[in-house]
Amino acid sequence: MFSLIAAESAIFTIFVIAYIFYIGKSLSGPMPKDVLEVPIFNTICLLSSSLTIHLAVKALRSAKVNAFRLWWFITLVLGSIFLVGTGREWQHLIFEKGLTISTNLFGTTYYSLVGLHAFHVTVGLIGIALAMIFTLLGKVQPAHSERLDVFSLYWHFVDAVWVIVFTVVYIIGR
Amino acid sequence: MASETIAITGPAEISRPLSERLHDWIITVDHKKLGILYIIYALFFLVVGGIEALIIRIQLLVPHNDFVSPQVFNRMMTMHGTTMIFFMVMPVLFGFGTYLIPLMIGARDMAFPRLNAFSFWMTAFGGLLLYFSFIGGNGLYGAGNAPDVGWWAYAPLTSRAFSVGHSTDFWTLALLVSGVGSIGTAVNFVTTILCMRCPGMTLGKMPLLAWLNLVMAGMVFLAISPLTAAQAMLCIDRYLGGHFFDTQAGGSAVLWMHFFWIFGHPEVYVLVIPAFAFLSEIVPVFSRKPIFGYPVMVAATICIGFVSLSVWAHHMFTVGMNSYANSFFTITTMAVGVPTGIKIFNWLGTMWGGKIIFRTPMLFCTGFLFQFLIAGLTGIMLGASPFNWQLSGSYFVVAHFHYVIVGGIVFALFGAFYYWYPKISGRMYNEVLGKWHFWLFFIGFHMTFDFMHIPGILGMPRRIYTYEPGRGWEIWNLIVTVGALVQAAGVLIFVVNLLWSLWKGDPAGNDPWDAWTLEWSTTSPPPEYDFATIPVVHSRRPLWDLKHPEDPDWKYE
Repeated sequence: MFSLIAAESAIFTIFVIAYIFYIGKSLSGPMPKDVLEVPIFNTICLLSSSLTIHLAVKALRSAKVNAFRLWWFITLVLGSIFLVGTGREWQHLIFEKGLTISTNLFGTTYYSLVGLHAFHVTVGLIGIALAMIFTLLGKVQPAHSERLDVFSLYWHFVDAVWVIVFTVVYIIGR
Repeated sequence: MASETIAITGPAEISRPLSERLHDWIITVDHKKLGILYIIYALFFLVVGGIEALIIRIQLLVPHNDFVSPQVFNRMMTMHGTTMIFFMVMPVLFGFGTYLIPLMIGARDMAFPRLNAFSFWMTAFGGLLLYFSFIGGNGLYGAGNAPDVGWWAYAPLTSRAFSVGHSTDFWTLALLVSGVGSIGTAVNFVTTILCMRCPGMTLGKMPLLAWLNLVMAGMVFLAISPLTAAQAMLCIDRYLGGHFFDTQAGGSAVLWMHFFWIFGHPEVYVLVIPAFAFLSEIVPVFSRKPIFGYPVMVAATICIGFVSLSVWAHHMFTVGMNSYANSFFTITTMAVGVPTGIKIFNWLGTMWGGKIIFRTPMLFCTGFLFQFLIAGLTGIMLGASPFNWQLSGSYFVVAHFHYVIVGGIVFALFGAFYYWYPKISGRMYNEVLGKWHFWLFFIGFHMTFDFMHIPGILGMPRRIYTYEPGRGWEIWNLIVTVGALVQAAGVLIFVVNLLWSLWKGDPAGNDPWDAWTLEWSTTSPPPEYDFATIPVVHSRRPLWDLKHPEDPDWKYE
């Protein structure tokens, strides 16, 4: 998993570099400062899901299956809120502000970078949802905590990337 | 120790219909079968890419030749480069790694056997996708068409305006798909090497092949991923109307160059480090001495791994970077020569005073040492930015990197083929044909690539379709093309030797070379489970300890 994270980090690095390189190079509007709003609530949801997934795996390790279920479910909900939030943000940008991926360089880099991250969130959520289904079927045992621990690394990585994306897109980029 | 086998009787012994045996190969997750699949797949593309090279060379045989049309020439040039790098050298190196690493570290399989199969089929699918472009490249517009943007695919050549049809998309997707396969293989290598070593094999006692492949896999994460990202961007540009590399909307063509070469240069080391690994196994065995400077060898490899990540822009001196960037990349390029030089001295130190046996594998390795040194020296020349301004984009550069890839990597590869052929097939290759292969290939190689430097210095640009008479290039191009044909004859002998020995070769026995690493302790070919009992090792040369209990290695390490 660490190897995969190394490879994924390199991919994100390239996209982040492209974003930074193209800040302010768009030839036509809309510009980031006109249309972007800082998604504070979303960010809080996603970052706190890192904590809840940690608590979930910790609970499972000490054989508290019910606590695990609760924390795992909260993680799923928090991640979903983030994804829905991103979707609403995109809807707002596309239909009200008229910014699409082919509008200008900002659109190209913004949708690619945030989209790449959202894609990783989606993959993570599918994994979390699968584990949730197995939990509800009563198939998840404390013996599985190591696997879920490895999986949670991926989720932490997705969160950590968001910190960088957030900084680059919503703070520096604006 | 591990040479015992488990007798398999019953259904497995009965010969089964061909379809069933083929089915076994398709669904296999065994590292040995996957390794062989990789190698066969790569050999196929070696022949395909070789034919493309011959078409290029025949076209350049004489001035104003029209053996093929300019369009076909561009396609051949692109396909030759892409095929040889992504679908020949990479798969063959991954194939040897997949086959040998578990055997060398005393494991029964890779850490993730199914991921291993997935990676192979992704790579295979990538190759098919690339070659499907001959049929489907033009989509609904008409006849077939292959990518013709060169293997760097510089923007804006790849934009919709200059590259209509789907040929560039096939190129992009083929590399994206095979890149995913490469990352999967690299994950597998790292996990296998770090987690599956047999008892007693500390990192310091691991065979160098495993060490070097570990470093290579680490580089794959940092080198192939940027390419995957850049290909994704190119797809966004071509399909979703993005502007990453679209200069008319403020995008940057230079950014693509940076992204491509930040993959492209570490890629050279991804390819050459496994070649170093073959040398580090073959040279000691045929010099009858343990490797000279094992820890330094490991340190130098890791050093190459780091430094090579910061040399990419020496491919871009003529783009017009500022003088600080030029100096920085000149210095790092010089610096990467230092650990590489250390390695050359270590192999020479291993040979020095040894009782050298010049069998075919050793001949190829000796050729490697000599040629790789020259390739490194022209590399240092080209790394100096003022010199680069003069010769960048000329045949001198083509000669230089073919010296690295053919004179270095391919020679080491042929050495590896002959060295491990008895283990993989269970039969010895034909030594006479092997020597013929070496000498023909060696002479052909030097005819082609030594003389290719000269038209480069005389000003012949790379990638030109044809040239005018009277510039002093004719004789050199003639020699180069004749050399290419001699090389092709050598490769033909190689293929014949492999196939013929499979039927008629003498049985090889477990350990034909009197070697020291664990793969030679199993039968040839190894049983499906590799080791009946997991071996326990005490030194870097476990088989030496076994053969010489009175004077074991571990007393001195």
